[in-house]
Parts: sequence; C-alpha cells; structure tokens
Amino acid sequence: MVKKIIMKSYLGLVLLFMYLPIIVLIVFSFNESKSRGNWTGFTFKWYGELFKNSQIKEALYNTLLIALISALIAVVIGTFAAIGIHNMKKFRKTVVMNLTYLPVLNPDIVTGVSLMIMFVFIGTFINMKLGFFTMLLAHITFNIPYVILSVLPKLKQMNKHMYEAALDLGASSFYALRKVILPEIMPGIISGFLLAFTLSVDDFVISYFTTGSGVSNLSITIYSMARTGVKPTINALSTLMFAGVLLLLFIINIRSSKENKKRNQFNS
Amino acid sequence: MKKVLSSILGLAIVLSVGTSLAGCGDTTSSGKVTLKVYNWGDYIGENVVKKFEDKYNIKVVYDTFADNEIMYAKLKSGGSDYDVAIPSDYMIKRMINEDMVNKIDFNNIPNYKYIDAKFKDLAYDPKNEYSVPYMWGTVGIIYNKTMVKEPVDSWNILWDKKYDKQIFMLDSQRDSIGITLKKLGYSLNTKNLDELEKAKEELIMQKDIVQAYVGDEVKDKMILGEAAMAVVWSGDAVFMKKENPDLEYSIPQEGSNLWFDSMVILKNTKHQKEAEMFINFMCETNIAFENTDYIGYSTPQTETKKMLSADLLKDKAAYPSDEQMKICEVFEDLSASIKDYDRIWTEITAK
Repeated sequence: MVKKIIMKSYLGLVLLFMYLPIIVLIVFSFNESKSRGNWTGFTFKWYGELFKNSQIKEALYNTLLIALISALIAVVIGTFAAIGIHNMKKFRKTVVMNLTYLPVLNPDIVTGVSLMIMFVFIGTFINMKLGFFTMLLAHITFNIPYVILSVLPKLKQMNKHMYEAALDLGASSFYALRKVILPEIMPGIISGFLLAFTLSVDDFVISYFTTGSGVSNLSITIYSMARTGVKPTINALSTLMFAGVLLLLFIINIRSSKENKKRNQFNS
Repeated sequence: MKKVLSSILGLAIVLSVGTSLAGCGDTTSSGKVTLKVYNWGDYIGENVVKKFEDKYNIKVVYDTFADNEIMYAKLKSGGSDYDVAIPSDYMIKRMINEDMVNKIDFNNIPNYKYIDAKFKDLAYDPKNEYSVPYMWGTVGIIYNKTMVKEPVDSWNILWDKKYDKQIFMLDSQRDSIGITLKKLGYSLNTKNLDELEKAKEELIMQKDIVQAYVGDEVKDKMILGEAAMAVVWSGDAVFMKKENPDLEYSIPQEGSNLWFDSMVILKNTKHQKEAEMFINFMCETNIAFENTDYIGYSTPQTETKKMLSADLLKDKAAYPSDEQMKICEVFEDLSASIKDYDRIWTEITAK
C-alpha cells in the first residue's frame, strides 16, 4: 500500500518537473505586463495580438508546412533506404550506415553553413535562389537519417522469411511489400515521422542559413527576438500549440481505446 | 482512420507542390516594387511597415536577425538579396571596409536634417556617407536602490566582494570586455594584447562573485530583485525602471559604450531609390515616434524627442547628459584583433 503511494508520488514528481516550465509558460501568456517574471494582472490581450500579427502567423504557417512536407518525403525516402540497407552485405552496409550517421553527429551550424554554400554555388548555374524550396531540401536532408534509424530496428525484429513466405503464397513483390512488410514496420515509420516532424519544427540554425528573404519559420522569428525580449505573444502561441497537440493525443487515445473495447467485446 | 490519413497526405502533397512551384519562379505581382528589409527582431513600430507600404505602394519583405554576426554571415554568403539592413556601429564599419554597402544619396533623404548633429559623422562612418542612425543608447549599471546604499559611479563596484553573487554580467563579448577595459582606464577599442590580457584577468577574478552571465533574462531577474546590480543596455534599463521603481541606472565615471543601430543600403540592391525612400520614411517625426515608443530605446530624431514625455526626457537612462555622452566611446571594427577578443572571451567563459 505504502509502496504504491510512493510510486505514484514519485511519478507525480517527475511529471511535475517535466511540465512545470510549460505550465509557467502558459500562465504567463495571460500576464498583463511584457515581463516574464512579474505577474501584474490577467488579460487575453496577447492572444488578440497574436491573431493580428501577420509575421508570426506566416512563420507558423511556414514552420508547419515545411515540417509536414519534409517529414512525409523523408519518411518515404528513409523507409525505402532502410529496406535497402537491411538487405545489404556487411561491408556496404557499414559504409552506408556511417554516411547516414554523418548529419546526426555533425553540429547543426556545420550542416547549415555547408548547405547554404552549396545552394549558393548551385544557384550560379541554375535559377535557384535561397528560399522556401532550399529550406525544404535542407530539412529533408537532416530528417532522412532519423527515419532510417527508426525503421531499421523494426526491420531487424521482423521475421527474415516473411517476404519470401508472402511470395510463396502467390503475392507479387509489390503486393508483398505493401500488405506484408509495411504493416510490420509501421510503428517504426510512424515514430520516424513524428521524430522528423519534431526536429523540423525545432530547428533554427539550419533553417536560418538555408532560407531566403521573406521566408521565416517560427524558430527564426522567436530567436530574432532575443535581444529585445521575447514577448508574451510567443507564450500565447506556445500555449495554443500545446493545447492543440494535447487535444490531438486525447482524440487519438479515445478512438484507440474505443477500438480496443470493441475488439474485446467481439472476442469475449 | 486510414482514409483520413491518406486524404491529409494527398492535401499536403498538393499544397507542397503548389507552394514550391509558386516559390521557385520570380513572382512579379502587379509590377509593384518589392523592398527587402533586414532588421533586429521586434525592432520596429507595429504598423510602421504597413504604413510605408500603403503610402508608397511598395511591397515590403521584412526579415529579422538575432545578432550582427549572424546577419553578416548571411549577407556575406551571397545567398540573400536584402536592400536595407539595420546593423550596429562596429558591424557597419566592417561592412564599409569590405564594400558591402552603397553610398546614400542624401538629396533623397530630406528628413535627415532632423537627425541630431551629435550623431552625425561618427567614427564608424566618418563622412556619413553610408548610414543613417536609427536607435541609440548606452551601456551602464542598473542597480536596486534597496540593496545598494552607496553611490554607483564606478565600474569597480561590480568587483566589490560585498555583493557576492548579487551581480549579473552581460553575456556579450564586446560589452563585457569593453567595460572591463574602461575600468582599467583603457580604450574599449584597444588592440593592445597586454591591456586585453589584463582585462581577461579581471573578468576571471570577478567570476567568483558573479551570479551569472545573462542575456535578455536580466530584465526579469532585476525586476524581481534577484540581484543587486547588473550591466545592461540603456533601453532595457528604461523598461526595467518602469516595472520596478526601486531600480536606478548609472553610467560610471570611467566612461562606457555609446552604441548605434543605423540603416544602411546593401550593395547589389536593385532598388536604391526605394531603399532611400524607406530610410527617409523612418526618419519622419511621427514614424520615428512610433518606433521609439514601441521599442523603448532612444531616438536620434530631434523633432521626435520633443514629442516625448517630460519624464522620459529627464530620465538619464534614456537621454544622458552631454557630459555623460562625452566619456562614452563608440565601438570600432576590430578587424584582425577580433581573434584575440574571441580567444579571451572563450577563456573567460570556459572557466
């Protein structure tokens, strides 16, 4: 009995430690003054300002769009790359895996500046200026390794002969891939997607150096406020994003628990 | 569930193809000129850009940067095509030396006559051919009157063991090294290695009693009374004093730094005329007032100064006296010596 209480309170403490900064952030989005430590009164004005601020809205749109697209494309490329790597012989596998680790180990600024130099260099041959497209390419580039690293373990866990068994039972190779392999590694693909999405939203350095004039993402906009102070408008934005993600997870959990209930009823 | 996911996927792909195709080509919408401005984050009045766009029918692409060095890296790479930028004094000197800025035709900037004569022909732009001042300020000590009972008129107070762990230093290389040089009686633009090493020793010695090297957080920390004193920029001091009346700002007698953020026109701009129009617009009395009112820093425009409240004008943090300004130095470009400053800063912050 006592053990249960200790376990629960320990869990509570850990959760509190993790979420306390976010809670403070949310609370101060309702603060009257611009200060982030001094509580002077309750107000919704920062939320009002947020909806009027076109710079932040555009940055948010760019962030989400680039995150979504780069994550999707990285997942497609990464999954097929992982399947290919999984079936390689030892030596080639080692070489390719080392290349894959490079963007992960490299400091962001090295990746960012070198990509910028490359884009500018290519831009002298073809009509390509730094902008949305180059930022997208950069994000896809650093996302692919993480997708590969998420999918590869799932491939290793899968039964070696599953593909062969599917072919034996009459499936074409594409059908076997679609209906047998992919569902097996789907958890790895989804976690790879979420990882890529998160990294893309979070990224500042690479985005800053590979973007062009007029295209800003949220990280760049917030970081640029460093000198004059980050306004509570950003707190308001973060609160809304946090609430949005929370709502999404809530809905997904309710749906999957409903499905589980149905399945259990059916079984019993 | 699957259908929802696949329709989201389809929508995303369509959106992506659409936007990247639109972004790839050079969109010339209705023949309007597009002016690209590069400024510090949150450093312009809220509606100023819109007002400029409406008045002159010029579209403005407004981007922000976090500090001078990062802006310099972006501009030097050649990948960006900004027309107007607003860097700080020493960076402007560097950009002039490296031929990154165009000369300004001051016939197109009639409002320049309102800029205070004190702020013309400064060290970083001697004949004032390349820049127009935007905002200015000083560096000084902000202290809590309830915690500091003695007069604050020297940098030495930051080394006083009585205030152990009650001191915040500025996490900015040139500012922190600069004020230490001033404390020792040297110029804050010195390239003399002996003087720099002495400054380094002082800062390392001070580290025992410093609570932390902070950036923007210093404002909240001082307002909440977490320390007795801190090194801050004057604009931040004005804000802090408003939030906490116990705070006071002072420029030590050894002298300090006078800083400027000025507007320049970048080389290879295709819109020199429009860039000059923008700079002229920012010097308009009402617009300069909107800017200084929103940002909270000091304006160099004399007519705008007359519009400010008497309290603000009396505030020595916002508008120091002439004697105080005389003992302040403007940062100069360090050129090759920047490596020495970098090395010393690394050694100080690593301890």
